[in-house]
Amino acid sequence: MGAQKKSATARVSEDQEELARNPLQAILLADSFATTFRPITLERPKVLLPLVNIPMIDYTLAWLESAGVEEVFVFCCAHSKQVIDYLESSRWSSQPNFSVTTIESHNSISAGDALRLIYERNVIHGDFVLISGDTVSNMSLTQVLQEHKERRKKDANAIMTMVVKKSKPSPITQQSRLGTDELFMAINPVTKQLLCYEDKAEHSKGFISLDKTLIADNPSIILHNDKQDCYIDVCSQEVLSLFTDNFDYQHLRRHFVKGLLVDDIMGYKIFTHEIHSSYAARIDNFRSYDTISKDIIQRWTYPFVPDILCGSSAIKVERQGTYRASDVTLSRSAHIGSFTFIGQGTKIGNDTKISHSVVGEGCTIGSNVTIEGSYIWNNVTIEDGCQLRHAIVCDGVIMKSGAVLQPGVILSFKVVVGQQFVVPAYSKVSLLQQPTQQDSDEELEYADNTSGTGELRYKLNGDIAADLSETAYELGTGGVGYIWSVFEGAQDEEWKHSVAPIPKDKLVKLMLDKDEDEEQLTQDGNVLSASGELKADSDDNGSEDDDNADSRDDYGFFEKEVEATFLRAVHENVKVDHAVLEVNALRLSYNMASVDCAGAIFYSMMKLAVESPHHSASELHRNAADIITKWVKLLKSFLHDIDEEIEVILKFEEMCLESAKEFAALFPQVLHLLYDKEILQEDAILRWADEKEGADESDKVFLKSSEKFVQWLKEAEEEDEDD
Amino acid sequence: MPDTQALVNDFLNKLKKRKIEGSQATAKQTAELLRSVISQTRVPYTNQAAALIQSVKAVGEGLIAANPVELAVGNVVRRVLHIIREEDLSLTTAAMAGLNLSAVSDDEDDVDGDNQPVLSAAAIAAASRSTLRPPSLQTLLEDVPDSAAVPHTSSSGGDSEGKSKSADKSSRSRKLKHDVIEAVNELIQDINTCHEQIAEQAVEHIHQNEVILTLGSSRTVLEFLCAAKEKKRSFRVFVAEGAPRYQGHLLAKELVTRGLQTTLITDSAIFAMISRVNMVIVGAHAVMANGGVIAPVGLNMVALAAQKHAVPFVVLAGSHKLCPLYPHHPEVLLNELRSPSELLDFGEFSDCLDFGSGIGAPLLHVVNPTFDYVPPKLVSLFITDTGGHNPSYIAEIYQLFVMSLRGEDMKFKSEIMKTNCIAGGNLVKS
Repeated sequence: MGAQKKSATARVSEDQEELARNPLQAILLADSFATTFRPITLERPKVLLPLVNIPMIDYTLAWLESAGVEEVFVFCCAHSKQVIDYLESSRWSSQPNFSVTTIESHNSISAGDALRLIYERNVIHGDFVLISGDTVSNMSLTQVLQEHKERRKKDANAIMTMVVKKSKPSPITQQSRLGTDELFMAINPVTKQLLCYEDKAEHSKGFISLDKTLIADNPSIILHNDKQDCYIDVCSQEVLSLFTDNFDYQHLRRHFVKGLLVDDIMGYKIFTHEIHSSYAARIDNFRSYDTISKDIIQRWTYPFVPDILCGSSAIKVERQGTYRASDVTLSRSAHIGSFTFIGQGTKIGNDTKISHSVVGEGCTIGSNVTIEGSYIWNNVTIEDGCQLRHAIVCDGVIMKSGAVLQPGVILSFKVVVGQQFVVPAYSKVSLLQQPTQQDSDEELEYADNTSGTGELRYKLNGDIAADLSETAYELGTGGVGYIWSVFEGAQDEEWKHSVAPIPKDKLVKLMLDKDEDEEQLTQDGNVLSASGELKADSDDNGSEDDDNADSRDDYGFFEKEVEATFLRAVHENVKVDHAVLEVNALRLSYNMASVDCAGAIFYSMMKLAVESPHHSASELHRNAADIITKWVKLLKSFLHDIDEEIEVILKFEEMCLESAKEFAALFPQVLHLLYDKEILQEDAILRWADEKEGADESDKVFLKSSEKFVQWLKEAEEEDEDD
Repeated sequence: MPDTQALVNDFLNKLKKRKIEGSQATAKQTAELLRSVISQTRVPYTNQAAALIQSVKAVGEGLIAANPVELAVGNVVRRVLHIIREEDLSLTTAAMAGLNLSAVSDDEDDVDGDNQPVLSAAAIAAASRSTLRPPSLQTLLEDVPDSAAVPHTSSSGGDSEGKSKSADKSSRSRKLKHDVIEAVNELIQDINTCHEQIAEQAVEHIHQNEVILTLGSSRTVLEFLCAAKEKKRSFRVFVAEGAPRYQGHLLAKELVTRGLQTTLITDSAIFAMISRVNMVIVGAHAVMANGGVIAPVGLNMVALAAQKHAVPFVVLAGSHKLCPLYPHHPEVLLNELRSPSELLDFGEFSDCLDFGSGIGAPLLHVVNPTFDYVPPKLVSLFITDTGGHNPSYIAEIYQLFVMSLRGEDMKFKSEIMKTNCIAGGNLVKS
């Protein structure tokens, strides 16, 4: 025992010596090699964009410094001059025990190129941390480094350790909270080896494929869909030489990681390290910009939060997570809501409401402005009466009075929005014209991004003045800027990655699509859905039983809402499809099953029939027939199986007894009508009749009145069988 | 100087990243840092004290700004400034004693020669009178009504020091710095030993068969309890775990290894258990000038429970935790909000934090404050390294303390310029 212990401690000290000999190095890629932040990134590199008023790269560097990294190589490509200038003027250039060296390149078009260039420079001498300059984290590197080293000792092929964090994807959008696609990782639970990495799973198919040798080789595999890739990698030197050997590796994940996992000749292995209490995330798109900003404001990234990074005397945290700089001029009637950041020297006028937003330095905000969930950078002028919802507004923008930004709008640098102008949702506005053609092919996207931008910018800058007259009308009177058009195909995707929350109708649509998928799957005998979730409907039913009283109440409200929706649909001639969507939205928000929808819709239809003027029973019957004929599609979209149809009959029965007694006499006729319109199948009616057979006498009133009809149905069925 | 600059930066960084835990460690490191700053400062022939004060102030301001929540930093900076002044004063007094009375008129000449605004004869007289006296609390108390005289004391001290320099220049220049460093060493020693000094008083407060309640973990409390145990007192300790960091668990473990009968309870069980408790003994983050306490979160609840059941609420605090600021002072940041990850697991709650769906704003708010403010009326007794005091006495001490610290150290930050102007003389010049 003693000897063993001694050797263990000896090894630890050896490790420490090793650590001491090689200062910990990091490669920071100050270029994302992607175009997700356009048009903003045409004018400023992504790593310098403010995240809660502090450039992203500062978060990354501050974290690296506190995690014990001593030497950082910042690789800059696009707008390299801006990055270098910033780093030289910032405090990072003069830190003891923390050197920041920039490596500049003008022709790298991918992370692969960058790493090849760094390999050529021969500056990395041991294990290093590979991250990009848009990563926010507060994790400690000690443990992951030690794990990595220990694995290396046992197995020289373990060249990389990837940091992952648990984060559940949304079951509806198949998207993580950071706006990236659902990621599937197969991990060996014992060794933590990464066996499969799939970020582009085809959800339509509902399955992902694993190599069967994986299952043969590993006694156990856990397939995760709730892990988030933090894009923090601890790599050994071999990683760089691998990039050089395989010159076609471009993307870190898509090519390198997947390449290594597939390639079993070299036998290189990648391992994972899961962090629990600490935070790590990468800003990949506008959605993650929004999410991570909110995480920072909610202090998940502590101690990398604005009041500590800027010095607490400059910025103070107040109740409800409001961050306010010391010299903000705030009108007495202005209302600053929770989780809001207000930067230095900003002036805010009367009756202005700001919530869940970040307002940068030196902004002037007029009166009666509403700002909600938006990111306003520095020196922005917003005149009276403007409204901003879930938008990003870059430096120097001027919004003339009454202008409105709809959710998801991006206003790039120095854009001017004219008076009363409404910028439509998800539009991107820039002073620069859109680069002419963008190919959806990824390789070309890289090339386009890095080679063109620099020159493009200067060329365009000259043109702006000349083009003013032309652009003016695009943004209303006095407006300056181009509204970028959305490329075909990308149009439906825009809402996925925007700063705005996903609109309800999209969610409903996705939900419907998913339900359909599930039904197909269930029919195939494949019970598990793509995400492994239980079917939502069955869940609902279970919970309803638990708190019946509550759900009754809820149901009452729900019914009223559906009725109101239906009446509006009737009076305003809304298309049936739209009505379906709306009812579905209600269903989601009230957490109802489609059984309830069917009942509620039918109820509203019948009520309408009763309430519309009529003098005799036959007229009432005609009314009902008209309405049913017209809205048959609406009703049918909620009738998927027999249970739901029976519910309709029961509902009708209930109505006849209570609210609409006039229908009592017409019960069999209406039942027949519903049968004719194929709303009710004969099975449903027969089942209903069977169920009622055993009931009390009082309950049987309607069964009796429709006895003939039921009899007829039975006979018809028997005839069918005879045939 | 580059050497100290690196040290200062390093310490600043640690403070900023919240890497130093506990006010004792912070206080000690601050004092050590200031000691090296003092020893590295090159002093001019005249106005040595002012030069030292200036360099300490420059560093101190940075340190305080780096982590304004850690009040111990400011306390130590103030103490060191105080030490410099005291040493300067005592040297001057010694020098003055050696000179004859004509020194007063000499003094005046000196002032004129330096192109100083001429101080009124009365002020100089008063100043030299107080310089001649030994710097006792008595002096400080007498100066209370005439607050303007306080800065004068120091300025004239500087003056006369400059004057007496001509007498024995070389020996004095080294002497002041040497004395100051000695005194700072003593301060560091005091901070180091404050646990023992507080713990020495343990037997006076903990009696046989008593039940003591504490919350979270504090080194001072641990030493205090163990000291009582070593003196053969047998008693029981209830430890509230101190969510969300659960440092009470560590304390309980430590107590058990030292052989104390320990009961661990949840924070929410405090009210249920308090009726069985004879005394609450807790540590503090800082003690404010009004006798209020800034303490780990949850202690206000404990204090209220103790008051309800008339259980004595005793706060242990080393003198480096005594802070001459009031809790309502705008410079005082009473609290720090830490990461919500201490409360809940991010992975489990990640779907509640999905801003993509729903209203696009967080519905789940997690608040994780570090400190509570316990008002003075809830505190029965303070035990510091100088003995036990009640809160009103603490407030009184501060009156003395504040005086002894001199106006300019008290307000320290933004008002330095102003007080210097009032001081009128040497500070501005230097």
